[in-house]
Amino acid sequence: MLWTTIVLALREIKRNVMRSFLTILGIVIGVGAVITLVTIGGGATAQVQQQIASMGSNVLMVTPGKRLGPGQSSNTPLFKVSDGEAILRQVSSIAAVAPVSSQSIQAVLGNENWSTSVTGSDNEFFRVTNRPIKTGRKFSDSELRGGVAVCIVGETVYKKLFGGQASLGGNIRLEKLSCQVIGILEAKGQNTMGMDQDDIVVIPLRTYQRRISGNQDVARFQVSVQQGASTEKAQQDIRLLMRERRHLSQSDDDNFNVMDMKEIANMLTGTTQLLTELLSAVAAVSLLVGGIGIMNIMLVSVTERTREIGIRLAIGALESEVLMQFLVEAVVLSSLGGLIGIVAALAGSVWLASVLRVPFVLNAGIVVIAFLFSAAVGVIFGYFPALKAARLDPIEALRYE
Amino acid sequence: MAINHTENQPLIELQGVTKVYGTGQAAMHALRGIDLRINEGEFVAVMGPSGSGKSTCMNILGCLDTPTGGIYHFKGIEVGKLTRTQRTRLRRFYLGFVFQGYNLLNRTSALENVELPLIYRRVPAGVRRARALKTLETVGLKGWESHTPGELSGGQQQRVAIARAIVTEPAVLFADEPTGNLDTARSREIMDLLSGLNRDRGITIVMVTHEQDMATYAKRIVHFLDGLVAVDKQNGGTT
Repeated sequence: MLWTTIVLALREIKRNVMRSFLTILGIVIGVGAVITLVTIGGGATAQVQQQIASMGSNVLMVTPGKRLGPGQSSNTPLFKVSDGEAILRQVSSIAAVAPVSSQSIQAVLGNENWSTSVTGSDNEFFRVTNRPIKTGRKFSDSELRGGVAVCIVGETVYKKLFGGQASLGGNIRLEKLSCQVIGILEAKGQNTMGMDQDDIVVIPLRTYQRRISGNQDVARFQVSVQQGASTEKAQQDIRLLMRERRHLSQSDDDNFNVMDMKEIANMLTGTTQLLTELLSAVAAVSLLVGGIGIMNIMLVSVTERTREIGIRLAIGALESEVLMQFLVEAVVLSSLGGLIGIVAALAGSVWLASVLRVPFVLNAGIVVIAFLFSAAVGVIFGYFPALKAARLDPIEALRYE
Repeated sequence: MAINHTENQPLIELQGVTKVYGTGQAAMHALRGIDLRINEGEFVAVMGPSGSGKSTCMNILGCLDTPTGGIYHFKGIEVGKLTRTQRTRLRRFYLGFVFQGYNLLNRTSALENVELPLIYRRVPAGVRRARALKTLETVGLKGWESHTPGELSGGQQQRVAIARAIVTEPAVLFADEPTGNLDTARSREIMDLLSGLNRDRGITIVMVTHEQDMATYAKRIVHFLDGLVAVDKQNGGTT
């Protein structure tokens, strides 16, 4: 019985290719849009998480001021190198502390001129930020202590200035400072905010202080916590230590920030997720509109086929059989629409993911939900018009024009 | 459904059947009390002017419509007491229909149209196909099986409709103006086909027509007038 009905329904669909195609178009687009957006959104979120993980695990960032980034109030005291040494010495679970100061600068080699950023730090910088040196070497102790003019460049700077030619030992000019290139960093690509992380020149902190900034300040510390140790505990310890060192009384607020990468990650993924949800909501509306489209066409097609229903009833089809045929037709059509939508969405997502350079993360849940929704639309909107027609007296249905 | 049909019982028996459309002042009395008996193997032509109730009577006989009053016995069963589903089963297993407008499924091949009633009878695909092909051959449409109604002439479409009606080997074939849309030559072919089926296969045929020429093919002619049976005679002599 069911098999016969399915065969009948498939015949009808095949017989009316154009009508069938128009019926499912809305569902195809709706299902496709929802799945594509959710997949790409998921990919973007995963990418943010990956990049944050690659920034170094268990990393804390200690910055002066009350907020992350620029815009600190002017009277906030900055850090000194000794603050970092105190953190390393007095907080037990700390693995490494890298003092970091940086600013943008013009780098020059011969006729080549490139605007980049210079970072003053020490060898811990490479460890904490998880950036190994590809060729060349780290800074030597004497270079760090003596503030010697040596530098390690990122991939982008290397390509722009040297055109990719091997040239360790050569000199580049950072404004008035001429420094010898002793190493090249491994490429890392763009960060979450779309900034090129390879557009960087690293010099010893002391060199930076003496020759570039002209003061003894350190803009921030990047701290890595020992494997297995609690980041929250380390965060809390650093906070207490810094309060003490900065002579804050009980009533004073912190005039510095100790941020966990997880917090930064949450902040960033939160934005991506919100965006994904918004776009998915828009796509869900299009799915709903697709459903209404199916309803309209079902309604019209059943009305148009009233005479066919009359013929079937007259030659001995039961009301339930006619109903079942229409129901199966509707479900097959909308499921087909759902399937085509899924296939299109997967193909589209794979393509979009490669264009947008985000990983392809399949969300099986949304695929199932979108498919069930399309099938449900078919059942609901196929059932009621067909029920109305199948309940007619055969002779009335036959007379229908 | 138990069928207690005996030899001396008529196949069809109408007793005081009435049909009223609408209610109150607007009520239209299509049938005012029809008494009619049709035995197995008869070929009855129902005639009468437009609005005399002949089509309404036919639809009631074919269980496509229900009477307002009176009793209808088919093979001894009181049809009025059957449920909708039971009436459908009656149509499925005992009745065949041929309409003036052919009423074939569009965009559907002749073969598939003829197979349709067998599908509802749960006849297995192989048998179904064989029977449909054979029946199409009987009505003279061998070689036209894969054509859709749009590709067939009116006469051919009516043959497909007849094939569809008789493929189930029904007890009664109801034909409502089967030649109404056809020219004289095609009409004669259809009538020859019908009387052949009645003669050779013993299929009872009840046919509505308003053409005297076509009625002469029948063995018995019933005249309707204003919702009543006016004349009921054997072809060639009054009973």
